[in-house]
Amino acid sequence: MDVVSIRDFSREQIEHVLKVAEKMVPIAKGEEKSNLLEGKLLGSLFYEPSTRTRLSFEAAMGRLGGRTLGFDEPKGSSVAKGETLADTIRMVDGYSDAIVLRHPQEGAARLAAHFADKPVLNAGDGAGQHPTQTMLDLFTIKKLKSKIEGNHVAILGDLKYGRTVHSLSEALSMFGAELTFVAPPTLQMPKEHLKRIESMGIKPKMSSSLEDAIKNADVLYVTRIQKERFPDPAEYQKVAGLYKVDMNMLKNAKKDLVIMHPLPRVTEIDPEVDATEHAKYFEQAFNGVPVRMALLSLVLGGSK
Amino acid sequence: MKEFKVTPIRNGTVIDHIDVGMALKVLRIVGVKEDVNSTVSVLMHVPSKKAGWKDIVKIEDRELDPKELDKVALISPDATINIIRDYNVAEKFTVKVPSRVKGIMKCSNPGCITNKNEPVEAEFEVESKKPVSLRCIYCDRSTTDISDNIV
Repeated sequence: MDVVSIRDFSREQIEHVLKVAEKMVPIAKGEEKSNLLEGKLLGSLFYEPSTRTRLSFEAAMGRLGGRTLGFDEPKGSSVAKGETLADTIRMVDGYSDAIVLRHPQEGAARLAAHFADKPVLNAGDGAGQHPTQTMLDLFTIKKLKSKIEGNHVAILGDLKYGRTVHSLSEALSMFGAELTFVAPPTLQMPKEHLKRIESMGIKPKMSSSLEDAIKNADVLYVTRIQKERFPDPAEYQKVAGLYKVDMNMLKNAKKDLVIMHPLPRVTEIDPEVDATEHAKYFEQAFNGVPVRMALLSLVLGGSK
Repeated sequence: MKEFKVTPIRNGTVIDHIDVGMALKVLRIVGVKEDVNSTVSVLMHVPSKKAGWKDIVKIEDRELDPKELDKVALISPDATINIIRDYNVAEKFTVKVPSRVKGIMKCSNPGCITNKNEPVEAEFEVESKKPVSLRCIYCDRSTTDISDNIV
């Protein structure tokens, strides 16, 4: 089985992954030992830089007794000599038991799954899908709020181009969360995604005011607004200021508001916020390990 | 007497009621190229009772595979096919949009892996038949701009 797009998974399948991930937490923390994937090799092909995703996959594999081989930049590999992705995949397919791929082109993971006999896990393909991020986000919400359904999730940032928010909002709709999209009008959620979300029976709210949206939110999911999207730097400064989460912005927030961020953050969350009970983004980053352990164990045929 | 600008054909395939301006793309879709060894007539901008104007394509001595012909529906949903045998219409049918499309279109997303130098042909799932909308099975991008992306 491949993990290419969150759309390939039913709610029941995702719930199963989250359940397995929960059991993996003590192993991920190093409190328990496991040799579930002993003797298994993960081919790790990162055509683009990544810190969290790559390291958490390596941690996940290592904690389960498996090993990782691969590269974290295509320079110096046969890719730099012009090898096609299809050929690289067919080669690594012979060397490993599963393949994790991060690639700048959309659809790269689907192509890899087409050429590989072994399971392929998509670690982000360009502006396309990043399903393991979505699963760790769902895991984090479920863990902190005991369920996903009925929670009011405000998603903030570049909703037009952000790959994380597209798959996350679709998955949250599948679980029956209430959604508010917070962004400047030019960076709001594309119509195509809104249609998909509405087809799942969810009517998302659209807002350009973070201050308003934050009052009702149970979860605030913050993403980066990229400077390069704005032709005028002054315009960027103005927008970035309006969407910055700081102590002042949080004064009307619910007591148990959870703030998440896929990281890296730049200026969108003030470091002051880190010390509050709201800040859960580092816990979220840790959750990448048990969730990826669960996925690896499921695709490689081991289960706890 | 009715005047024919192009005479009836004895044997072959006539694709009628093609959306005006689409005839050459229809030929590309059904795989009729310069290496064909019979006469191909292309009529463009012909008066039509139904649609005002239409294109017609006549391919002599070749009966095209109905599956190939269904792809014509992607750019001309109202096209009709006439299989001609000995000057008579032996079979007549309208094209139907297929459920999957491979090899005749490129993905409209420049960032899609199928637009790089990989050994795959772009492949699409038909997510809506009217208007035609195709979703790339690799990058998930939907497109309604079919004729501009014909390979």
